[in-house]
Amino acid sequence: MKELLVVSASPHIRAKKKTAIAMRAVIIALFPALVYATYLFGLRVLFITLISILSAVVFEAMMQKMLGRKITIGDGSAVLTGLLLAFNLPPGVPWWLPAVGSGFAIVFAKQLFGGLGHNFINPALAGRAFLMASWPSLMTKEWVSPVSGTLSGIDGISAATPLSLLKNPANYGDPQLIIRQLNDPETVRNLFFGKTGGCIGETSALLLLIGGLFLLFTRIADYRIVAGYLGSFALLAIVLPTDGNVLFHLLSGGLMLGAFFMATDWVTSPVTKKGRWIFGIGCGIITIIIRIWGGYPEGVSYSILLMNVFTPVIDRMTKARIFGQLPKKGAKK
Amino acid sequence: MLSRFAGGVHPPEQKNTEHSAIEVMPPPKIAYIPFAQHTGKPARPIVKKGDEVKIGTKIGEPDGFISASVHASISGKVIDITDHPHPVTGSSLCCIIESNNSEEWIADLRGERDVSDLPGPELLAAVKEAGIVGLGGAAFPTHVKLSPPKDRKIDTLVVNGCECEPVLTADHRLMVEDAGSIVEGARIFQKILDAPNLIFGIEDNKKDAIELFGKQGVQVFKLRTKYPQGAEKQLIKAILRREVPRGGLPMDVECVVHNIGTCQAAFMAVKFGKPLIDRVLTVAGDGVKQNKNVLVRIGTPVRDVIEFCGGYTAEPKKIIFGGPMMGIAQYSDDVPVIKGASGILVWKDVMVLEPGPCVRCASCVDACPMGLVPTEIYSFVSSKNFDMAKDYGVLDCIECGCCAYVCPAAIPLVHYFKYGKAEVWQRSNQ
Repeated sequence: MKELLVVSASPHIRAKKKTAIAMRAVIIALFPALVYATYLFGLRVLFITLISILSAVVFEAMMQKMLGRKITIGDGSAVLTGLLLAFNLPPGVPWWLPAVGSGFAIVFAKQLFGGLGHNFINPALAGRAFLMASWPSLMTKEWVSPVSGTLSGIDGISAATPLSLLKNPANYGDPQLIIRQLNDPETVRNLFFGKTGGCIGETSALLLLIGGLFLLFTRIADYRIVAGYLGSFALLAIVLPTDGNVLFHLLSGGLMLGAFFMATDWVTSPVTKKGRWIFGIGCGIITIIIRIWGGYPEGVSYSILLMNVFTPVIDRMTKARIFGQLPKKGAKK
Repeated sequence: MLSRFAGGVHPPEQKNTEHSAIEVMPPPKIAYIPFAQHTGKPARPIVKKGDEVKIGTKIGEPDGFISASVHASISGKVIDITDHPHPVTGSSLCCIIESNNSEEWIADLRGERDVSDLPGPELLAAVKEAGIVGLGGAAFPTHVKLSPPKDRKIDTLVVNGCECEPVLTADHRLMVEDAGSIVEGARIFQKILDAPNLIFGIEDNKKDAIELFGKQGVQVFKLRTKYPQGAEKQLIKAILRREVPRGGLPMDVECVVHNIGTCQAAFMAVKFGKPLIDRVLTVAGDGVKQNKNVLVRIGTPVRDVIEFCGGYTAEPKKIIFGGPMMGIAQYSDDVPVIKGASGILVWKDVMVLEPGPCVRCASCVDACPMGLVPTEIYSFVSSKNFDMAKDYGVLDCIECGCCAYVCPAAIPLVHYFKYGKAEVWQRSNQ
């Protein structure tokens, strides 16, 4: 033997799942919704999305350079952050808004906390929350009417998204009529197939569902979070007093996008099995509370952000029983 | 049967040698026999340079309770007793014997004897005398495992025929080729332990072995193939639904586990007086020409074993003692085969993975068969917070490698846990 042998700790074989591959899978899973949004709202969607992604990548590289870290823009995580942020923006926003949002997401929510794996809240959602707080009118008014259907999903009303309509029906006409129309199977169908307006990536529940199921089957997204989120949300939408029926609630707004693609973010959700259930259920509860009693028509992003903050506590409190640990002893700790 | 332990992984089995019958390798010209081939204190040398030895001559006496005898595996002359590369400890005191090509056995190697009437203590003495250690890999002295404190009752002897490590097939072949001896050996252990029950645990990827043992009239428990099914605690859990308490031993749940190879070796020792001087191991990997199962004398240098298997296919990059999940990577092919070596893997290519940051995907949490949160322990160990690492159960880690296997960020988790354990032990000793 001429060369020295390689010595490393066991195990000597590794499974194929890699961080970068998983990131790419999520991006691919979001692709159908992006293509459809481009058809629905025009090429502007691609423009906004590209700016969002490019600025996320540029900010990531810049910050890593400044902080003396290894530049890892190839791992796809910045691309994903940019893409998810764009999905959370109304299609009509000015071009600089996604750039500012991505900048905030990458610089403040991600890199300053230590980069990938160390951020405690979802960067894309943090970026969205920042934009929402800073330019509320841009974030809630720059809607674009879809090619087919109307912004609201109801014939004749094109000044509001379905959820704002549900929140303040009196602003747009006869409230009772509007609510009846919102609960109409026709509206639900429009929401399911995506014949309504809204943020870039939230329109077609069907396409998000397809991408989301792909992530569940590849085990990139955890079913406990998704099931906990959608399950608790649906249950409360039935039980609590609200004018929308459960299908309307499930299919409208950013729920599908949030439940499948953002609540399941590895970094900011709990690692324990029980913790992931709690996390999902917590998201569901907060979302419906905001929708019914909150000031905003939609509560998905704030519910996830809030539960992100609870993640370390949830992890600590749901530590699984170690093999051979006596149940009593564990409880005492 | 249902798999009844939580966690675990399904690495590709790659058991390509499962049908290649065990080949007997000729004894080496020079044998390097370490005095430390078992858990516990190394044996005390009882031969000196220049001594003539025969096959089976005892060259090391157990030093203390947890220790084991060591025997010459070839006949010839002791040419040196000195430090030599060792597959586990890096370097250790070794008895180097040069062969005289005579294949002469020790004189007191008794012929076949009827063992059915021998009392337990006498059987135990024969096992101890033969230097039998656990052949599954850990090499814990067998006589110690067979001597639980008087006040402990053992109700079940579990015989481990899982061989859950990918690639390895040595145990499988031994089960298929010598089921009779294994069962006899298990009955000897059962008698020593005075255990009413005897159960063979075999993974369901070894259908022929399951069938064969069924015909031997012993209770066989078919286990679903899942790594680490052969880990002692997981095996007991799957078969008996008992959980060995944290920091405890199988005897705490009235149970003892022995590997099938150990049973076979013990039978040979008791029946024929044959000390542990050889073992079956799997030679595999793309770096060696013939992949096969070989019966090798203890102390044979790896280089000789590779030569017997047709030599290297190319410049080797990695040589592993054991399986790909828990095996130990070697610095050189000078190291000798020891009692605990279940396989020699030779790879001509290695993937060197650059670890990335933990993204908290929780794959490791799902995979850990001990119910630990590897990612948390990893962050405590890497920030040298050993108290928290201990609190989160670093000492419960069985180093099976499931967490590191599934980690998408390629973090060498087991490496951190070994380090963390050593630090925690050191601290508690101070």
